[in-house]
Amino acid sequence: MDRLNKKEYEKYAEKKIPKPTYFKNIFWAFIVGGLICTIGQLIRNWLFSRGLNEKQVAAGTSIMLVFMGSFLTGIGVYDRLGKVAGAGSTVPITGFANSIVSPAMEHKREGYVFGVAAKMFTIAGPVLVYGVGSSILVGIIYLLFGGGR
Amino acid sequence: MGLKRVGNQTVKLENPPSIISTASIVGPKEGQGPLKEYFDMILEDDLWGTESWEKCESKLQEEAVRMALTNAALSESDINYLFSGDLLNQIISSSYCARQLSIPYFGLYGACSTMAESLSLGAMTVDGGFAEKVACVTSSHFSSAERQFRYPLEFGNQRSFSAQWTVTGAGAAILSSSGEGPFITYVTTGKVIDPGIKDVNNMGAAMAPAAVDTISNHFKDTGYNPDDYDLIITGDLGSVGKAITSDLMKEQGYDISEVFNDSGVKIFYHEEQDTHSGGSGCGCSAVVFAGYVYKELLKGSLNKVLLISTGALHSSVSTQQGESIPGIAHAVTISNSIE
Repeated sequence: MDRLNKKEYEKYAEKKIPKPTYFKNIFWAFIVGGLICTIGQLIRNWLFSRGLNEKQVAAGTSIMLVFMGSFLTGIGVYDRLGKVAGAGSTVPITGFANSIVSPAMEHKREGYVFGVAAKMFTIAGPVLVYGVGSSILVGIIYLLFGGGR
Repeated sequence: MGLKRVGNQTVKLENPPSIISTASIVGPKEGQGPLKEYFDMILEDDLWGTESWEKCESKLQEEAVRMALTNAALSESDINYLFSGDLLNQIISSSYCARQLSIPYFGLYGACSTMAESLSLGAMTVDGGFAEKVACVTSSHFSSAERQFRYPLEFGNQRSFSAQWTVTGAGAAILSSSGEGPFITYVTTGKVIDPGIKDVNNMGAAMAPAAVDTISNHFKDTGYNPDDYDLIITGDLGSVGKAITSDLMKEQGYDISEVFNDSGVKIFYHEEQDTHSGGSGCGCSAVVFAGYVYKELLKGSLNKVLLISTGALHSSVSTQQGESIPGIAHAVTISNSIE
């Protein structure tokens, strides 16, 4: 065993893993992801009908979807949804809420400062850092070359 | 001097210690698996009246030791050493368990190989005349392991097919210099083997070469063949690691497929319970040994078993730094008779 060829072994071990069920995953990601977006659209239309302007509607829709994602995480439903839907429930803003609420719940036992607050962004943190970072970068490029004044 | 050594990695025990009692406690999911009849106690929830999963895991160990003592009509003061380990950082489950028991304590870390490691050291200590009776115990808890090694429980992600499910449970055994068996007759200590696997969702593949190394060296050292055993059972290779081990053993010139099984494969109904490649964790080989293997040995339906607990010796830090996963496997021969 000391003379195992690591490259060959990795390839061989790879073959022993059952293949992911791509079609099933894509199908459910489409259905659930589409459903979440449709709910978002319904909220949008409803808010417009209440006489809110574009800016207010965008904020209101996000707030409601984030609340839904957080609520479903809190009552233990979102992880089950994520297991079936994969990217379909991870990519929408509800998934972002899930990624913040789930570690916050998990680490409550380590206290509100070093547990909840410190661990809250362990999953979402990188998304925030690189999301905000790249938006700044794009903003600078736009300012310099896009005539954005 | 090494008078009791046979071959490179094996010790033949001259005064084989007897396993006079065992105890196994498992979580609710394990209690719905195919081995449910063999476990001494099945929890109704995974907190067991404690405030956290870590505290629950510690309680699992403590109660498993107490149950094994009760089964043998012994008290804490009869035990000379406690050998225990678990998966959590600084092995807190074991140390906090030892805090509750007044038994001199050796804390062990061998990742999921710790059950066979504790039995090995316990058996050698008794055989060497350093102890009359020792207790060996290990535990793992699905929720405490998930948060340390993977994601929060409520995080909605998908698990890969090679991923395994950490067993919630603790298994304990009391070894004694006198008794009617089953006996621990051989101890084969494994070397660390790193096949270069970096995928933490494929630990079966990372540990399989270590298992193959230990099993084949055990055969070389002792002169045994697969036919000499009623059961060769690994700790937590899962279905992926089990298939690899079977293949690689054939390459080594031993066909073990007739008598080979894996605790991680045996403990769950993988399709219905959705555990993918199988169970894992220190508790996996511990409860399968203390429950299934031990009870079948007592019944006589098994007479000679090679127990190989397998461990993946990485941490979340080593993984993030791009290190591969080193594997280890320790083996003990458990037999109803002394040759």
